[in-house]
Amino acid sequence: MTTIGDPDLAIETSGLTKRFGSQTAVNSIDLAVPRGSVFGFLGPNGSGKTTSIRMMLGLVAPSSGEVRVLGGEVPRHLPEVLPRVGALVEGPGFYPFLSGSANLRRLDSADRGAPSATRRARVDAALDRVGLSHAAGKKVGAYSLGMKQRLGIANALLVPRELLVLDEPTNGLDPQGTREVRHLIRTLTDGGTTVFVSSHLLAEIEQMCTHAAVMSVGGLVAQGTLDDLRRVGGSRIRLLTPDSELAIRVLARLGLESRAVPEPDAGYLVTASLARAAGAVAGAPPATPGDRPGALPVPEVIVAALVAEGIRVRGFSVQRASLEERFVALTGEGFDIAQ
Amino acid sequence: MPSDAPHRESGAALLRSELWVLFRRRRTWALLLALAAIPILIAVAIRLSSSPSPGRGPAFLDQVSQNGLFVGVTALIVAIPLFLPLTIGVVAGDTIAGEASHGTLRYLLIAPSGRVRLLVVKYIGAAAFCFAAALTVVVAGTVIGALLFPVGPVILLSGTTIEVGEALVRFLAIAGYVMISLLGLSAIGLFISTITDVPVGAMAATISLAVAAQIVGALPQLEWLHPWLFSHYWLGFVDLLRDPVSWASFGDNALLQAGYIVVFGALAYGRFLTKDILS
Repeated sequence: MTTIGDPDLAIETSGLTKRFGSQTAVNSIDLAVPRGSVFGFLGPNGSGKTTSIRMMLGLVAPSSGEVRVLGGEVPRHLPEVLPRVGALVEGPGFYPFLSGSANLRRLDSADRGAPSATRRARVDAALDRVGLSHAAGKKVGAYSLGMKQRLGIANALLVPRELLVLDEPTNGLDPQGTREVRHLIRTLTDGGTTVFVSSHLLAEIEQMCTHAAVMSVGGLVAQGTLDDLRRVGGSRIRLLTPDSELAIRVLARLGLESRAVPEPDAGYLVTASLARAAGAVAGAPPATPGDRPGALPVPEVIVAALVAEGIRVRGFSVQRASLEERFVALTGEGFDIAQ
Repeated sequence: MPSDAPHRESGAALLRSELWVLFRRRRTWALLLALAAIPILIAVAIRLSSSPSPGRGPAFLDQVSQNGLFVGVTALIVAIPLFLPLTIGVVAGDTIAGEASHGTLRYLLIAPSGRVRLLVVKYIGAAAFCFAAALTVVVAGTVIGALLFPVGPVILLSGTTIEVGEALVRFLAIAGYVMISLLGLSAIGLFISTITDVPVGAMAATISLAVAAQIVGALPQLEWLHPWLFSHYWLGFVDLLRDPVSWASFGDNALLQAGYIVVFGALAYGRFLTKDILS
């Protein structure tokens, strides 16, 4: 376990673990969220994302490990850290019998760093920012889920923040609302705010984030920039040929494991992965561009070998794995909720 | 973005907000209205019936038709075993668990309110409700009594007579006494509220304890325990209707309630400070 305290990181965890009884919800994660990034925290339901966020915000005490947020150790320095952090945790929470603006004023009054004199103006500005001005006086009990979600985001924006932690921010929002949230996050990062977004939706992370980490069954299975994550997934070759059996033998000689499926008009589609063993960057610092798998053949060598054997190559391409394939490879497919 | 010198508010804003939210809730008004209905019910019943036979029913009941000022005190005697603890149980049991069930507890804590400060503010809110509840019964009783019955100098338990003005001051002191009587129960409610996320459970448990304490208080076999029950001095407020005022029960009561506040405040503190907030 390394000692932590890197000033360039907005969130840093080391060996962060949370056990509930015999269940381990979060298993020794080492997270490094660079300042100024839009950091996607990706994982299926039940993979430990929200518990990790709760530990970052001091709501839940870690069983072991350390957390630093904006340079301050949590939970010891929470009073200094939290005023600089805006958060939406596991959905919005409001008093249904109060109006939207009354709810925000109430929560704002709990922050001793938030000046009372400007409270009304700040609440109005935050409501305006999420497009809720028209419903400011309406009781939250009458809000739709999407409106509550917007109100939750407004609550995180009541004072200027250095870090925003948004747990599933687009949950319950319509496509228009999702676009607005994405736009909002972009304007926030332009102002220098670090945004930490959790989501189980890959497409969302792919559109918003510069960095991402992937959680699976309580553990961190990958993290880095989006490009790093894509690269680790490796590339695949796609070969169109009628001579599938021979091609598979040639590829095997080159150290590539391949499989063939019938393909109309071309005979067969033979695919093979150019990746190293999966999970190469799990919890490790991002791989550098030079750190490519060296043992595997480059594409032109493969084509030359195929042609030399007289294989009819009707199509050949190298495809970089999509982030989705990578995500599925890391977290497993299907609807089983972990644990 | 961070300001160089972090601005610090006094922290009174959260307390103001707590009181504002508490007394703006329709539920709080419903509880207070229910309490106000007790003296009104008593007064109307006496007004409509022929004069009650002395010595039956709650203390002072037979005096009401001669002097309307007694309605408030009679209503307190009726309300203190069950109705007042019921409303206190609802408010005190809701303090933390209610926030948890709304999902607002986590947002208050990350605002950050600070756990200790939130606990203190919540307790002060519950105490303010105790005062409002006692005052509601006394004021509603005095007003309805004045409307339906003649009002005049009050004959005290010691036999002396005091003017209406002094009587009203003593009634206010009685409201204060009743409020203090309920502070121990509020502290218990606050503690129970920190152990659950289900407000109804905390409310029911608090109310049950209030009833249980009075049942224990009625069992002569457990007499050694009686001075330690938070309900022990609940009816002692009639001592404020003596001449001279007997302050002994007032002091004993305050001391006992303070003990409950310390013990259950410490338990709530110990529980809440280390609690994993999963709501």
